[in-house]
Amino acid sequence: MSHDGDEAQSKNLLCQRCNQKPALVHFSKVVNGEKTDRYLCEDCAKEEGAYHFMLGPQFTVQHVLGGLIGQEPLGSQRSETSTKRCPHCGYTYQRFAESGRLGCDYCYQTFAPELEPLVRRLHGSVDHHGKVPVRGGRQWIQQQNLANLRMQMKKAVEREAFEEAAKLRDEIRQLEAGMESDRGNDHEI
Amino acid sequence: MKYSQWMDGTGPDADIVLSCRVRLARNLLATPFPHRMDDGQAQTMLARVEEAVHHLETGWHLTFSRLSNLTPITRQVLVEKHLVSPLLAQDPIRYEAVAIDDRESISIMINEEDHLRIQVVLPGLQLNECWKVANQLDDAMEQYLDFAFDPKSGYITACPTNIGTAMRASVMIHLPALVLTHQASQVFTTLAQLGMVVRGLYGEGSEALGNIFQISNQVSLGLSEEEFIHNLTVVTQQIVGRERHARQHLLQNAGTALADRVGRAWGLLTHARIMSSEEALRLLSEVKLGADLGLIEAPNAATYAQLIVATRPGFLQVEAGRELNPVERDQLRADYLRRLLGEQNRV
Ligand SMILES: [Zn+2]
Ligand SMILES: [Zn+2]
Repeated sequence: MSHDGDEAQSKNLLCQRCNQKPALVHFSKVVNGEKTDRYLCEDCAKEEGAYHFMLGPQFTVQHVLGGLIGQEPLGSQRSETSTKRCPHCGYTYQRFAESGRLGCDYCYQTFAPELEPLVRRLHGSVDHHGKVPVRGGRQWIQQQNLANLRMQMKKAVEREAFEEAAKLRDEIRQLEAGMESDRGNDHEI
Repeated sequence: MKYSQWMDGTGPDADIVLSCRVRLARNLLATPFPHRMDDGQAQTMLARVEEAVHHLETGWHLTFSRLSNLTPITRQVLVEKHLVSPLLAQDPIRYEAVAIDDRESISIMINEEDHLRIQVVLPGLQLNECWKVANQLDDAMEQYLDFAFDPKSGYITACPTNIGTAMRASVMIHLPALVLTHQASQVFTTLAQLGMVVRGLYGEGSEALGNIFQISNQVSLGLSEEEFIHNLTVVTQQIVGRERHARQHLLQNAGTALADRVGRAWGLLTHARIMSSEEALRLLSEVKLGADLGLIEAPNAATYAQLIVATRPGFLQVEAGRELNPVERDQLRADYLRRLLGEQNRV
């Protein structure tokens, strides 16, 4: 973007935005291969300048990382982080810090301790409350159910409701068997 | 040349909200993200996704294309129609692909920053409807593909800014009166505080050409998809209300100046012989404002969104059937606009 008042003034143009005041500021910018020239008065340039400032990417990973890296304690923890590699794709945390992208889904487990404060800073939360995939989420839902049933069974035993506990135990066994065969199917896919 | 469904000017609050969009990022399990794949991995991945798309082609009316099989101008038109992101269409083209439905409201971008980006665009403010369709298509794709998902973090994405719902909902909104009355920057500052981002017509880094802005959720984790969509819908309705208020204020307090502005814009659009795309967007914005307020008759040859896309460089070159240099484009654009807008006065 160039800012040369003389050029615009010498052409004696009116501001392209308000069509009233003389254009004293010249912006030239290439967007999607298309060059655009803007000749604006000082007031309009200020107003549009505010958008340019606001329309930029405001909240990038690098931006937030910059803030976090400053807070990181120096010493053993840091050197551990810098030598850690994702066993699946070989990506390093250093490369993530440079590119803002991770290498593969497994990187999230590899760098979990480093990513958690970043994710919290980016989203204000670290817990997903949205959609669960139908097929991929089934196993997770079953695990949740299983944990629930085990809890109920424990409570039933505590208050000596043995008949109920036995019923729950059968339910748990059935669910466990179902999950085993599911896992077999997953391998086939 | 074909227009997309989202340009048809229908839908709730369509006078101010041009279109709305929901985009879901999905990645395949145990597969490096696109920037990290070697050629072999990329080919395998692409074949798996193409196979999945083939299963859905009939039911969803999808057409699968490798971007390397499309000409640069065709790719540019897809970007201008918002069916493909500038990033996906950017050179060098290697393993990028896209599946688009008949009505051009659904597109699945393959090998952008994430393996898949499922996008639904509709006219007006109907984000719930976009989410409903995107959600169904996501379920359909998941029948054939294993997506990377973690119960705690949600859907896994290449960039941690997108994890969780991995959803970006956005609206494309025309705010000429808020800009004219110098209220726009104040409104945008408030939006940033609410976790929303404002961008120009063609996404990140592009300018607010023609008083058109894209507003989207910045945060993707911690709330459900429905909650994110509800929040953006409510915020958009409030902005629409402020824009309407500002329009009435202008009409009452500076009616003649406004009518003069609109009339001049109409005069230029219907008589100029050379027109840059930037000037066209600016003038079309004023004509649209004038038509919304009843100061002039609305153009009947094409909707506002259709006129915007039809005057973009890629679209013009497809219309002309050949590559055009910038000078030729500016002339053809002026001819095209004179023809589209001038006809209604000759009745
Ligand atoms: Zn001015
Ligand atoms: Zn990895």
